[in-house]
Amino acid sequence: MAEANRKIVLGLGNTLNSDEGLGVHALLALQEKLGDRAGDIELLDGGVLGLNLLPWVEESSHLLVLDAIDGRKDPGTLIELRREEIPLYTGVKMSQHQITFQEVLGLANIRGKLPPNLHMLGIQPADLSIGTDLSPAIAATLPQVVQRAEAILQAWGLLKYGDSHL
Amino acid sequence: MSKRLVVDPITRIEGHLRIEAEVDDSNVIQQAYSSGTMVRGIELILQGRDPRDAWAFTQRSCGVCTTVHAFASIRAVEDALDIKIPSAANHIRNLMVAQQYIHDHVMHFYHLHALDWVDIVESLKADPAATSELQQSISSWRNSSPGYFADVQKKVQGIVDSGQLSIFANAYWGHPAYKLPPEVNLMAVAHYLEALDWQSHVTKIHTIFGGKNPHPNFVVGGVPMPIDLNSDTALNAERLSIISDSIDRIIEFVDQVYLPDVLAIAPYYLDYAALGEGLGNFLTWGEFPLGEANDTSKFLVPRGLILNRDLSQIIEPDPRDFEKMKEFVTHSWYNYRDGDGVGLHPWDGETEFNFTGPQPPFDQLEVDQKYTWLKAPRWNEMPMEVGPLARALMLYAGGHEQTKELVDLTLNKLEAPVEALFSTLGRTAARAIESKVIADALRVFYNGLIDDIKAGNTRTFNDEKWEPNTWPASAQGFGYMEAPRGALGHWVVIKDKKIENFQQVVPTTWNASPRDHKGQPGAYEMSLVGTQLAKPEWPLEILRTIHSFDPCMACAIHMVDAEGNDLGEAGTGLNVCLS
Repeated sequence: MAEANRKIVLGLGNTLNSDEGLGVHALLALQEKLGDRAGDIELLDGGVLGLNLLPWVEESSHLLVLDAIDGRKDPGTLIELRREEIPLYTGVKMSQHQITFQEVLGLANIRGKLPPNLHMLGIQPADLSIGTDLSPAIAATLPQVVQRAEAILQAWGLLKYGDSHL
Repeated sequence: MSKRLVVDPITRIEGHLRIEAEVDDSNVIQQAYSSGTMVRGIELILQGRDPRDAWAFTQRSCGVCTTVHAFASIRAVEDALDIKIPSAANHIRNLMVAQQYIHDHVMHFYHLHALDWVDIVESLKADPAATSELQQSISSWRNSSPGYFADVQKKVQGIVDSGQLSIFANAYWGHPAYKLPPEVNLMAVAHYLEALDWQSHVTKIHTIFGGKNPHPNFVVGGVPMPIDLNSDTALNAERLSIISDSIDRIIEFVDQVYLPDVLAIAPYYLDYAALGEGLGNFLTWGEFPLGEANDTSKFLVPRGLILNRDLSQIIEPDPRDFEKMKEFVTHSWYNYRDGDGVGLHPWDGETEFNFTGPQPPFDQLEVDQKYTWLKAPRWNEMPMEVGPLARALMLYAGGHEQTKELVDLTLNKLEAPVEALFSTLGRTAARAIESKVIADALRVFYNGLIDDIKAGNTRTFNDEKWEPNTWPASAQGFGYMEAPRGALGHWVVIKDKKIENFQQVVPTTWNASPRDHKGQPGAYEMSLVGTQLAKPEWPLEILRTIHSFDPCMACAIHMVDAEGNDLGEAGTGLNVCLS
């Protein structure tokens, strides 16, 4: 196993179900915004790869996850979960495809390989129907997510050339 | 009096696989109904798009099946446009698909299915020295010392003490249907943990050929990775050596861990060698072309039908046959223009939603009406089982020597007749047996690639028909794929350079299909009939048989739950009710 020193932003979600894919859309927007300020940060499109993402999680020192989050809030609400707030759980399942990302984190945790710097950032989605575009309401909140993501990476000291406002 | 038992994973969003079973007073299942409660609309997303891009969408329909959907789409387009891929590209594709098989089967077994048979809590009672003896008696796997198993036991104790046992995805610990001695439980738990490390090594084959993380790249006409032994960016000597090492690790794990574990666990569950059969009809589209893509005579796994358990005869099905290959929607939430009693070939397929089911929350589905989002695919109006058992039977009946040896060895060890294959246990054993066959085939594909490179056949992409102006005005194609969980087909119709129609018939649509226009149940539905439940409120027996099919169902929706108390409800994540 490689040393856990990768700095990863992981965009999650299914881009075929509208807002379900907002993590991937946000990742692309963040990539564009950061440009070469991203330095050695890896911006990865994790899609719905589930357990296959475990190696990336376990090799990270810093992991920022962008995803649709159900916090039972109004659609468009920005939701953040710090490392200790993320529920790590699972349940009986019918299919190996039914693996939530929290379960991936849960497995990393019992293996003692949960990234020391871990943060989840997302939006309460509005529309999960079939389609490849975000709903207008969620698309409008994307800049907020990108801004917060940038601030988190900044706070972790990972961005090159310092503050984006300079 | 019969009562209805419902097994339905609770999620925040309605979806996934739901089983409703009618049990009699002795808790024996009389009838079962399988329902996919989540709609999949990939067909609608693809209409009007460039056929060369289809794979980029279909691979997103599932996180575990990215590769198989991508390849099926690409093959469908190549078939429609009559594009031949170079030999080296074919070897590379075979390597990617075979790697995916073993990865998928091992993770299915340890992460999902083993826990139906292995009681983690019981492993705490095991004697590490006796576990070590057991391990050394079944294989030469290096992690076999008493100290190693004592460490694993400590780790499990730590997990139990921390209250994080739910990570092991089951809440049925202590169920009377668990029958393994503590030492077998401990050995299996050790391998569950080892499999997680193993998977990160064996995915390197994909990382190298796909050229992009975590989603690999694909291309109509070949593979995107060029071969140049002296280039840093192409498939070079160093990368070939990493792939070769990865193949060694795959073969080693199957030989020394996975297959021996299945053979060690199976003798305690021989009752499942007579349970869970289902239909007795099997279908494969075939896989691992060793010649031209459509030359079925050179497939490693034959394209075939086995009907009524008759292993003396394999019939080759033609997926282009409009009369025989049909999907029905009599009990599915769709409308067909010409009425729901007719079946449609996928090239003529329609995807018009017609949800008539009850609004959640509800107690029962109306199973005499429409009750699922899955269509009912039928071959010649007969339901079929697809998957590892179907493939192992095709290889066995087709006279594949290694498969015959492995099957006979397994049956001898279990002192079971050949009919024992037609069962829940047979399905699980078939998955391990085909893993061995396909793991060894990885070496054959690799050597084929090396031979091509030595002979100077390093072309990996055929661009002759890349430009749409080389295409006919209209075309239709079929893309086959034996996905790890069974026969997958993509049918595409191309018109004016765009996708006019696209239909997927995925393995789980065959296996989890509802009743059809004739009232014939699908494979899951039949396989549960006759099974007796020891504790109906803990329907472990249903999970065992359904898991033996390796359902692909709940892949599309995975949203994070910020509160963390929903799936954990009652500690099971399962909604079980008796009514």
